[in-house]
Amino acid sequence: MIIIGEKISVIAKKVREAMNARDPKPVQELAEAQWKAGANFIDVNIGPAEENGEDLMKWMVESIQEKVHSPLCLDTTNAVALEAGLKAHNNEWGKPLINSTSNEPDRFVMLEMAAKYNALCIALTLGKGSLPADAEERCGIAAEIMARAAEFGVPMEDLFLDPLILQVCTMQDQARHAIKSVKMFQELNDPPMKTVVGLSNVSNGVPKEMRSLIDRVYLTLLMYEGLSAAIMNPLDKELMDAFKTTDVFLGNTLYAHSYLEM
Amino acid sequence: MAYVVPKESFNGKVLSLDFGKGDKAVSIGGENTLPFLSFEGEVPNRPLVACEIQDCPPDDWPDTVKNVYKDVSADPVTWAGYCRDELKAKAIALRLVSTHPDRGDRSAEDAAKTIKDVLAAVDVPLIILGSNHIEKDADVLVAAAGAASGYNCIIGKAQEGNYKTIVAAALAHNHKLIAMSELDINLAKQLNILITQMGFDKEKLITDPMCSGLGYGLEYTYSVMERIRLAGLAQNDPTMQPPILGDVGMYVWKVKETVASEPDVPDWGSLENRSIAWETITATSMLLAGTNLLIMRHPAAIGNVEKTIDELM
Repeated sequence: MIIIGEKISVIAKKVREAMNARDPKPVQELAEAQWKAGANFIDVNIGPAEENGEDLMKWMVESIQEKVHSPLCLDTTNAVALEAGLKAHNNEWGKPLINSTSNEPDRFVMLEMAAKYNALCIALTLGKGSLPADAEERCGIAAEIMARAAEFGVPMEDLFLDPLILQVCTMQDQARHAIKSVKMFQELNDPPMKTVVGLSNVSNGVPKEMRSLIDRVYLTLLMYEGLSAAIMNPLDKELMDAFKTTDVFLGNTLYAHSYLEM
Repeated sequence: MAYVVPKESFNGKVLSLDFGKGDKAVSIGGENTLPFLSFEGEVPNRPLVACEIQDCPPDDWPDTVKNVYKDVSADPVTWAGYCRDELKAKAIALRLVSTHPDRGDRSAEDAAKTIKDVLAAVDVPLIILGSNHIEKDADVLVAAAGAASGYNCIIGKAQEGNYKTIVAAALAHNHKLIAMSELDINLAKQLNILITQMGFDKEKLITDPMCSGLGYGLEYTYSVMERIRLAGLAQNDPTMQPPILGDVGMYVWKVKETVASEPDVPDWGSLENRSIAWETITATSMLLAGTNLLIMRHPAAIGNVEKTIDELM
């Protein structure tokens, strides 16, 4: 499973301050720590970035890739900023990942970018209007996005379907629907579609000391259904240990007494 | 519609290493595909066969193989020279049998002198093996590593019970190292992890999952080797990517089929043909399971295996 490190986000005060001050150090340190902990992609969430988004994303991409030789997940709703990030991205270490398109018309441009820059793309199974009620509704939206991706010339293997993880504390049933979606999404294509989740959404709103437990149990269930990627916190040791242990049970990693240290 | 050959490709790759010095140095490993499937990927190096010699006459070897070396085996330097000159050996494996407490108990210093003499006389890449006595090997291989300093040898075997001192010696004198575990893939991985956690580069490591002869557990060895290869290639498990050793000779030249005389078992035919075939088949099976380095005894069996490699490469 692909791990997308979530720590570089405009929501975090330290990151936001570093972005505003154009101070690369805190951002680079977070990127390096996540990479060393096992992240395959580093998420770069600059938010809507309405002012100077273009310049900010370019600066972020260049600052991070100066220190960390991994591909980045470019996380913004601002298409102009996104394009600047895709141009700056060094593809030597892998294709960039766009976060994200959906079934909302103002997000279609993300598929256009994916095709133009040969990037991977996350597709949130979210349409205009209310939240999808269950897995079946999510599959319907996924099929529409897949058809659109094909029109834009984005290969199916470059698309990661995201069932949209919601808070367990307010929408308990949705946790189960999302697990089922991960299973059903794969059946929409042959070879199976790839799937991704924003894992920590599930524990949003629960008491802080319970978040890691909820994240890791949920991750285990999703991995069992064949999840391909997760945007998560690789600096959470217990979460990473659960991830590695699940990989052993699923036969993805060979057991040895020291497997947690690898 | 034209037939398209199905091809599998892997993210992982077997690590390659070299040993020996100058233009005699040899390389093994480096492939990113299962054995001999060169149409699927890169196979940069052919499997290597090393000729086995000992630091004392091979009194316990069956006659068929002992007699081949009867004029040279009294002295390891002479024996090594014979392997180089007559057998055109690409590598030599010197087993320090006489250091074993039950086989002469010669000292680590004596072993070091033997190593120095052989290295001074014969420039073929050398594999230095202990007597497979956990405690004694810890002393002997440390001394041997020092004696061979600068010669880029392979030393072994480091096992769970003695790896720390042997790893430190291989590290200090810049040798390659064989890590051996007993027919258990999980323990093989664990030992490789422990060794690399000491700061030993995985690119200098060789995995010996323990060999066994045809009819005497060969299928266990085959299965472990095959799974090690698949873990390294398909799961891209870095701890399972070192080249694999098949220490074939010592497991073959003791079983009944290589020892029993023709009068005792007339149905089994010629002892010489039979025992050479036994080593050939055991070694060939190891190659198909993914072995990169073989240690063998009989020149005719080595010739058979080299011919098979020629045909498969």
